[in-house]
Amino acid sequence: MTTDWIERIRAAKEAGDPSPLFDHVPYARFLGLSFELPAEGELVLRMRYADHLIGDSALPALHGGTIGALLESAAIFTLMWSHEGERLPKTINLTIDYLRSGRATDTFAAATITKHGRRVANVRALAWQSDRERPIASADAHFLLAG
Amino acid sequence: MPSPEKQALIEQMNRGMHQFIPHNRELGLVATDFRHSSGEVWMKLPYAEQLVGNLDDGLLHGGAITTLMDAACGMAVMVRLGMGSPIATLDLRIDYLKPAAAGRDVVAHTECFKLTRHIAFVRGLAHTGDEKDPIASVAATFMRKDAS
Repeated sequence: MTTDWIERIRAAKEAGDPSPLFDHVPYARFLGLSFELPAEGELVLRMRYADHLIGDSALPALHGGTIGALLESAAIFTLMWSHEGERLPKTINLTIDYLRSGRATDTFAAATITKHGRRVANVRALAWQSDRERPIASADAHFLLAG
Repeated sequence: MPSPEKQALIEQMNRGMHQFIPHNRELGLVATDFRHSSGEVWMKLPYAEQLVGNLDDGLLHGGAITTLMDAACGMAVMVRLGMGSPIATLDLRIDYLKPAAAGRDVVAHTECFKLTRHIAFVRGLAHTGDEKDPIASVAATFMRKDAS
């Protein structure tokens, strides 16, 4: 199954369009995730607003878990997009800092690789809504690259 | 099994949660037990195909586990402070200890083990049937928005 993914990523990179990758991730569809077209090699994910993503109907605000899932997805796909590995990265852990409440609107996320070692990668991801300079959450994640 | 009186309280808690937290309702999250004195909550995430992270193996997406943990941690704070208390997640760290077996429901057990005037501290574990064999652990802090 890992080989299938490696092939899918290779094909998506050749086509310059990561969108087909989400065909194999039902949860991404559930969250309403899509890729913005890669610009200058950077992957940006969009989580389209939907009422079922709300975690606090009084404010209203997005559920923190959906923002965490968006950040983790941005981190792992950035890792797969930028480094061809022989295995799919596995999330070891993830620390999410919630900076502002997520309003009822589309949310974006992008990630940068802080350190890409032989066995472990450290990735930092940011999520924002209307203004990238005012992030609503950030995450630091470790991924296992080795078998 | 909780007593019938306790069961009624649990059902009331789930109704409130599903009303105010649409995403928890969408995921089918349900509290199965709680302990007010110690701020403990048990919460179940039913396995569902729409939550799968990789069609090839049918394993749940890490994000679904994160959401369960966030919900169960927040609920542990509520159990101590009173349902409906205004809180906001400051941070949440999750360690994925092993994959959650495909087809299995996930149960989180969280505990709000310390409250200060402004902050609530929570920790917890999740498993798929065997509490001694956790699939994920969590540590989270919440801000109490009711604090003066």
